[in-house]
Amino acid sequence: MKLNIKIMPKNGVLDPQGKAIENSLSQLGFENFSKIRLGKIIEVEINEGEEKAIIVAEEMCKKLLVNLIIEDYEIIYDREK
Amino acid sequence: MKASVIVFPGSNCDRDVAVSIKKITNLDPIMVWHKETTLPKSDLVIIPGGFTFGDYLRCGSIAANSPIMIDIIKKAKKGLPILGICNGFQILTESGLLPGTLIKNDCLSFICKIVSIRVENNQTSFSNKYKKNEIINIPIAHNEGNFFADNDTLKKIEDANQIIFRYCNVNGEINNSSNPNGSIKNIAGIINENGNVLGMMPHPERATCNITKLYDGENLFKSLAESLF
Amino acid sequence: MTKITKELVKEHGISKEEYDFILKSLNREPTITELGIFSAMWSEHCSYKSSKYWLKQLPTNSDYVIQGPGENAGVIDIGDNYAAVFKMESHNHPSYIEPYQGAATGVGGILRDIFTMGARPVALLNSIRFGEISHEKTKHLLTGVVSGIGGYGNCMGIPTVGGEVEFNSSYNDNILVNAMCVGVAKKDKIFYSKASGVGNSVVYVGSKTGRDGIHGATMASAEFDDNSEDKRPTVQVGDPFSEKLLLEACMELMKMDIIIAIQDMGAAGLTSSAVEMAGKGNLGIELNLDNVPCREDKMTAYEIMLSESQERMLMILEPDKEEIAKDIFEKWELDFSVIGRLTDTKRLIINHKKEKKADIILDILEKGAPSYQRPYKTKVYKDEILKDKFTREKPLSILKKMIGSPNLCSRKWVWEQYDHMVMTDTMLLPGGDAAIIRVHETNKGLSMTADSTPRYCASDPFEGGKQVVAEAWRNLISVGSQPIAITDCMNFGNPEKKEIMGQFAGVIEGMKEACNFLNFPVVSGNVSLYNETNGKGINPTPVIGGVGVVKNLSVFADQFFKRDDDHILIIGETDGHLTQSIYAHELLECDIGLPPRVDLNKELKNGLFVKELICKSLIDTVHDISDGGLLVAISEMSMKYNYGFDIKLKKRDLNSYLFGEDQARYVISVEEKNLKKVRYKLEEKGIYFENIGKTVKDFIILNDEQMTVKELKNIYENWFNNYLSEAS
Repeated sequence: MKLNIKIMPKNGVLDPQGKAIENSLSQLGFENFSKIRLGKIIEVEINEGEEKAIIVAEEMCKKLLVNLIIEDYEIIYDREK
Repeated sequence: MKASVIVFPGSNCDRDVAVSIKKITNLDPIMVWHKETTLPKSDLVIIPGGFTFGDYLRCGSIAANSPIMIDIIKKAKKGLPILGICNGFQILTESGLLPGTLIKNDCLSFICKIVSIRVENNQTSFSNKYKKNEIINIPIAHNEGNFFADNDTLKKIEDANQIIFRYCNVNGEINNSSNPNGSIKNIAGIINENGNVLGMMPHPERATCNITKLYDGENLFKSLAESLF
Repeated sequence: MTKITKELVKEHGISKEEYDFILKSLNREPTITELGIFSAMWSEHCSYKSSKYWLKQLPTNSDYVIQGPGENAGVIDIGDNYAAVFKMESHNHPSYIEPYQGAATGVGGILRDIFTMGARPVALLNSIRFGEISHEKTKHLLTGVVSGIGGYGNCMGIPTVGGEVEFNSSYNDNILVNAMCVGVAKKDKIFYSKASGVGNSVVYVGSKTGRDGIHGATMASAEFDDNSEDKRPTVQVGDPFSEKLLLEACMELMKMDIIIAIQDMGAAGLTSSAVEMAGKGNLGIELNLDNVPCREDKMTAYEIMLSESQERMLMILEPDKEEIAKDIFEKWELDFSVIGRLTDTKRLIINHKKEKKADIILDILEKGAPSYQRPYKTKVYKDEILKDKFTREKPLSILKKMIGSPNLCSRKWVWEQYDHMVMTDTMLLPGGDAAIIRVHETNKGLSMTADSTPRYCASDPFEGGKQVVAEAWRNLISVGSQPIAITDCMNFGNPEKKEIMGQFAGVIEGMKEACNFLNFPVVSGNVSLYNETNGKGINPTPVIGGVGVVKNLSVFADQFFKRDDDHILIIGETDGHLTQSIYAHELLECDIGLPPRVDLNKELKNGLFVKELICKSLIDTVHDISDGGLLVAISEMSMKYNYGFDIKLKKRDLNSYLFGEDQARYVISVEEKNLKKVRYKLEEKGIYFENIGKTVKDFIILNDEQMTVKELKNIYENWFNNYLSEAS
């Protein structure tokens, strides 16, 4: 099953990259926007059924993919039909 | 003092650390490949700087899961002295041996320069040859040296005197302009609760040379050599 | 089977004459794979067809040269059984298209050229040139290139210790990224690329092959036009982590005596390595592409042969040594595959999916490449005098403008993004005339510098060619080292234009004269032509990478004033030559006239004298005078430790004296206790000098003007930060 793990900086953690991007866009003339935060998406194919795959993905996040001190994560997938 | 220096794919400062150890203790350290499952008998383990595993995913994240780290974590919990420098510091936070984490420099670029740091706590086996509040000059070279911890963690390490080094200016002043990377409270190096694990972003092994007149790093290795002999 | 059409041949950059030659030599039409191979090997980048004739004129020998041009890099003897291996290369066109990756892979490529010879890289330098600061792409290109160089070099753990940055409108649409690497090896442990031993295994190691950069070699030789953005897919993406693994694996394998020959896969990838290695050994080579580790599906023989995927090497091993080598590469988690054999047929045979895709007699490829003696006309500017608009202005206020200008200000913003201290052997940091790297575990040092003065070459190619070599030599002398040899990176426009070819010819003639006179031969180099867009070419830009030896690290000099009350002496004569100076170009906006003359006798005499003073410990502070002239040079000496100067000068034309760029000059600071001896030696040797003042802590005083060092430093150090933070 294919899953996407969306990893974002925790609210309250300084995101200097997000800030720099905000400044750049402003300088380019974009106006009506705010709060840019930079995260990442990890795509993974897990060879298990839906329930087991989500459990495995959670384990992957906790063990390696996510730094729980400064990041939040969300596991996104299409429900199996 | 028998020292082990851990070598991961992408470690760059392992030779530099070995040279400093040899200089101060007159003994060659053991170079330990990351795939080993047992540490050789050591008085001190050093995790050197570099770009282990390309700094991919997060700095130190993949190295923290290498086979050798299992034994290092076990022995560290029993009191074995561990020194993590730069990427080594990042690996120690990723493996949970030190609190907090290292994130991208607030200026968003790599910085290599000689900075002044102040010795906040000289009652450790890593820093006892320095005077309290001594200002020393040590090079930094990193992209992700910005130390971060949440408020609770920060309070804990402050109260327990776990902050060993802080970035300052030549006069010892600790402020924004003397902070090269945005680290919270200008923190440059910390120890764990037990006092046997130290992580620091500056490179003491780059400050043991008479020709360049950069030798403030010597006392760190001397502190260790004398404490552990 | 792809049909070979006229258009296809043209697209491959092969001329009608060259194609006729192919038809005649093969006695049939080439296959598409063969066409690709000819195209790559006969491209300007791989064959040097426009420049070969001229490059052969340069001196390439001396008592210290172990290997001159013709190998992956040059090798010099530095004493005590050590050798230095070095080379400079360009990566101009890809860096314009994708600055980060273009610059990064440029660094990757030059690193491989060094360690393929068995030398551990110990230093990187780079020479980068961008368009004028107001050009819309400059900021993006500048930040991308500097990030890319740092991103690759820092991850590899090799210090980047020197270089130069220039902004000039001539590079508006053609930036230059030249990367240099210096490595150290034991003299008797150098590895070469000449294949030997019929039946020996041809082994591929490193990263997998993808579709990167196919036709990179031909792109390097093509001009840009308005469709250049579409060439984007041909830029390679580098992985410095893989290259670090490759470096360590190679260093480990090279400790044993089992590699027969080795070459990295650079421009034209597997094609150029296979052809060159077999060709040098006068053997044949047969490859089975089914064994090439591929990262993409369904790659064709053409794609595999021309791919420029990074971080790959080709080796020749005896079959029974394959296992030992394989173990090492597997430890470092790199691909290792036997992809062919050496034969005695002197042919290149390529098999893929049970079909023969290419069968070419190697001689045709190696020696059949055309070598042009293109027609040329060397143009020299008229000898004119310029009108100085600023004769009424006070020199220190002119200095403030100069030292805060883009081409003279501090480059700290650049080199603080490069790790310049890793490996703990950097004895002299960036920011000076030359860097010094200690040869590990010895008390000996290697000095190195990278430099060019294109505006001189544009106005008088011959004099400019002499000057670029002389300045590299002076830079190495200034730190107290003995200059040994150079590598050159020749960046020029379209050689099919008489005037451009004339610039090339003139510069080579000038370089030849200086190299011969100073005993400073060329041991390696690179040529980058067709740096033109929509018909407008760059200034002729020969970048010289010089390397020297510091015999004993207890004695060397740097350029920073260290004490109060030292005497400031100018060694060499100042006539006040203003044409083609930075003062003329930037302040007067005037590019007429000739560059300053280079008197090689004076260069040699003055330089050897200064070196002697350093080696005898009579002076420890030296700076050669170049861009910006005398006052700029003295200012550059004052800002590190805040020792300014108090100078009294009475000159008929003060600006010419202070900002003229006469050659063969040095500024030295002499302690009071040594002054008598130094003066005596100067008079004994008959060397012209002037004692113009003394060092003063914190202040800069020139006649009746005064300012603080701090004020000047503020202007000097903030240009880059200000430039990059201003709104575009």
